[in-house]
Amino acid sequence: MCRLALKSSDTPFSPYEVLQAMEAMQEGYDGSGLGLLMRGVHFTDFNYEKDNQVILSGIAHTEEALSRLNGLMEARGFVQKYDHEFKVYPEMIEASDRFKYIVRVYKKPEGMSEADLEESLMQTRLFLRKDGEDHGGDLTVFSFWSDVVMIKEVGWPLAVGDALSLSDNRITARVVMAQGRQNTNYGINLYACHPFFIQGISTMTNGENTAFVPIKEWLEGKKIPGYTGYQSDSEVFTHILHYVTKKLKLPLQVYKHVITPLKSEELNNHPQGDFLQGLRVACRRLIIDGPNAVIGTLPDETSMLVMDAKKMRPASVGGKPGTWAIASEMCGVMAMVPDRDPAFDFQPMREHTVIIPPDRKELLIWTQFDPFTLPQAA
Amino acid sequence: MDSVRSVYTTPSSLTYCDLPWIIQHREDRCTLCGRCTAVCPVNAIYLTYRRQRVPKLDVLKKKRGNEYRHFVGIRQHTSIEKKCIGCGMCSSVCPNEAIGPVPNTNEHRTVFHQNQKGEAWKRGGRRNKSGATILDRIAFDRISMLTDPALDAGRHEFSLNTILGRVLPPEEYLRRKAAGEWIPPTREIFPFIIGSMSFGALSPNMWLGLLQGVAYCNEVLGIPVVMATGEGGCPPWVLKSPFLKYIILQIASGYFGWDEIIRAIPEMQCDPAAIEIKYGQGAKPGDGGLLMWFKVSKLIARMRGVPEGVDLPSPPVHQTLYSIEESVMKMIQTLSMAFGFRVPVYPKISGSTSSKAVLNNLVRNPYAGGMLIDGIDGGTGAAYNVSMNATGHPIASNLRECYLDLVAQGRQNEIPLFAAGGIGKNGNVTQNGMALIMLGASGVHMGKYIMQSCAGCLGNEKGRCNVCNIGICPKGITSQNPKLYRRLDPDDVAQRVSEVFMAIRTEMKKIMAPLGRSQSLPIGMSDALGIDDADVADRLNIKYIC
Repeated sequence: MCRLALKSSDTPFSPYEVLQAMEAMQEGYDGSGLGLLMRGVHFTDFNYEKDNQVILSGIAHTEEALSRLNGLMEARGFVQKYDHEFKVYPEMIEASDRFKYIVRVYKKPEGMSEADLEESLMQTRLFLRKDGEDHGGDLTVFSFWSDVVMIKEVGWPLAVGDALSLSDNRITARVVMAQGRQNTNYGINLYACHPFFIQGISTMTNGENTAFVPIKEWLEGKKIPGYTGYQSDSEVFTHILHYVTKKLKLPLQVYKHVITPLKSEELNNHPQGDFLQGLRVACRRLIIDGPNAVIGTLPDETSMLVMDAKKMRPASVGGKPGTWAIASEMCGVMAMVPDRDPAFDFQPMREHTVIIPPDRKELLIWTQFDPFTLPQAA
Repeated sequence: MDSVRSVYTTPSSLTYCDLPWIIQHREDRCTLCGRCTAVCPVNAIYLTYRRQRVPKLDVLKKKRGNEYRHFVGIRQHTSIEKKCIGCGMCSSVCPNEAIGPVPNTNEHRTVFHQNQKGEAWKRGGRRNKSGATILDRIAFDRISMLTDPALDAGRHEFSLNTILGRVLPPEEYLRRKAAGEWIPPTREIFPFIIGSMSFGALSPNMWLGLLQGVAYCNEVLGIPVVMATGEGGCPPWVLKSPFLKYIILQIASGYFGWDEIIRAIPEMQCDPAAIEIKYGQGAKPGDGGLLMWFKVSKLIARMRGVPEGVDLPSPPVHQTLYSIEESVMKMIQTLSMAFGFRVPVYPKISGSTSSKAVLNNLVRNPYAGGMLIDGIDGGTGAAYNVSMNATGHPIASNLRECYLDLVAQGRQNEIPLFAAGGIGKNGNVTQNGMALIMLGASGVHMGKYIMQSCAGCLGNEKGRCNVCNIGICPKGITSQNPKLYRRLDPDDVAQRVSEVFMAIRTEMKKIMAPLGRSQSLPIGMSDALGIDDADVADRLNIKYIC
């Protein structure tokens, strides 16, 4: 079973803190892997500039793959600014084919529009992934984006953290998402490990999405670059969030209306019922079937939590102004923000979307029954 | 002793043991009340006097002789037109369980003679091919009991409904919504639909019972069931009633009943659920509808705008059919316009290797509200035996092919596919329907199952009864003769309709819960399907299990 932890804080903190929260949730958890995403990244050895630099995360499994990567990035005109060297203890890693964990900072290409840049970064990531796959899987690429670092590895999460010396504070971040399981439903594959990432958007999920195949088939049919992979049933949550916010350009509130639409009798009394009923029909194939808790983060450091409509995979959120935590277990929240007032912890119901905004002052709790601003429908 | 005289037989002379059904009559129980002979819809049996010779030996007089005993008994006709159809009405009226048909387990000869006077065999019913269908053999094998908490079919909420009508891609929906443009109409309906059976094919009591049952399902049980009229219109009182919203009106190549419908439009209180344009049907592909003269009663003649007592064979194609593009597009557009673009309009075709061509045409037609494919196992009120048995395409692979074609185009949500033909053929209606839904259907139409379960139709795949065409339905389901259809109480039919749909609803949950599905109908969830035949699995693109 997956365990999920997210911490968001005004001041950068070590990802190891989140791994310790994972440890607190170890009961009923197979600890078969770790997926880690960091935003608001700070390196001790390098002064990272978010606006001018992008970060590539992945694993080169062989020396040959690494040199090929160097060549490919150079050929695409990416200038390397920093190469983070983890202090690795290979004997603590289950897998043996890990030549180098890649966290590299490149100079952002100039003279490109924001949209072109986003496209170019994604295409580069997909290209590198394809290149790795074409060479027997010797290169794995998780993300290539501004201000995002990702690590995925097989093994007990804390042990992976120790093996990569994540406790040494050489990388810290304001937002850290961690998930503690390889996708054992579908066979071990690093790409099957959450969180999933596409163009700045990332989500992780616990629980099985039983509507996976029809959703996957629909997303693949859209022929949108990047809607590939699907080694895990949870990857569709990320792509739906991407589709709703980036492709349909709808407000974040609508995500919940797409994956878990309200019933007809509820929509009949909704101020935007007419619009939402039509949307439910048009996006019928994107209705998820949990039990799931979906935890996501966006490029502006917004964090979010939504439940499936049956709410059979609860998650909790708690914290204090400046520091918040979301976890699949209450004890995970407790471990990440011990000095909060637990009376203000919140467990969202089926209609809620919980938002930790970038200013981290207070939680926003949206319900599907409330209207939202929708310029298109006006 | 009588000697065997020269025997004269015609080529079609048969004995009772050559017939598909043999009447077993127990003289010792018979009270000679005559009810069986009176009820028999085909006059297969008759009361007759018989003479039995009793040899007599007078020992004292040393004299041999004969005595003759006369008795009255029930006998079976052996002519083709009076052969027993196995309906068993004789047993149902017999007070003493003295009579009943027994299936002939040997081969029977009538099939070779079912074309007297050069008339090819016409009948009602279904394809006479018995045994488990492909759909019966599909298992739902992706059980999420341990990977996730199982759902509780009894306590959790389930969303079981489907969408009928053209669905826009999300981008286009948002654009049109913002621009205030036309959004194609859709209906949220129960995915098990009462398939098109015409007012004409069905008796007035049957039709009324179905409609009452459907209204009860909608208004009391909250199951949004809809039913389709076949060709032949709709009673005017229904057209002008609030119940019209549960009805899919069918237009077919004979256009029967559409005068009434068009005239009623200004007085309609609500829109119909949809309009179905019949281009073909699974039971008799390439053939138009057929209502034989026996059933063209005064009422039917009035509704259809024809004289009484004449055969009503609809042409095989619509008059407008020059090319599929032109005809389908014109008809769909015209009918959409007739109802103010507020009613989904979709074609019904027979399962065929050309289904994909029709589908691809519909995908490009912005007014097409879906496509219904009727497979070879579809039933009918009247058709040639050869059409029913041997013409058409089984539904499973046909539907699957069309669905995967839409998937490849990324348009599987836009044109809902509906499947028909053999759903519930062996009684497994929910299992069959859900298998088709997971293969890609948005819903299924069922006709025979409804007649069997809601009205007690006696037909089966072994040629039992199958006389819907000549208006002598022993249960009064497909007859226009008041003496027959008064046997059927509409209230009883209505009650059975509601019972059947309640049970289907429960069984749907029992199938969906173990699969971990409750939030939406698992359309296209082919990962949940397996079958114990590698070739079929390969063809349907599902798992082979053994």
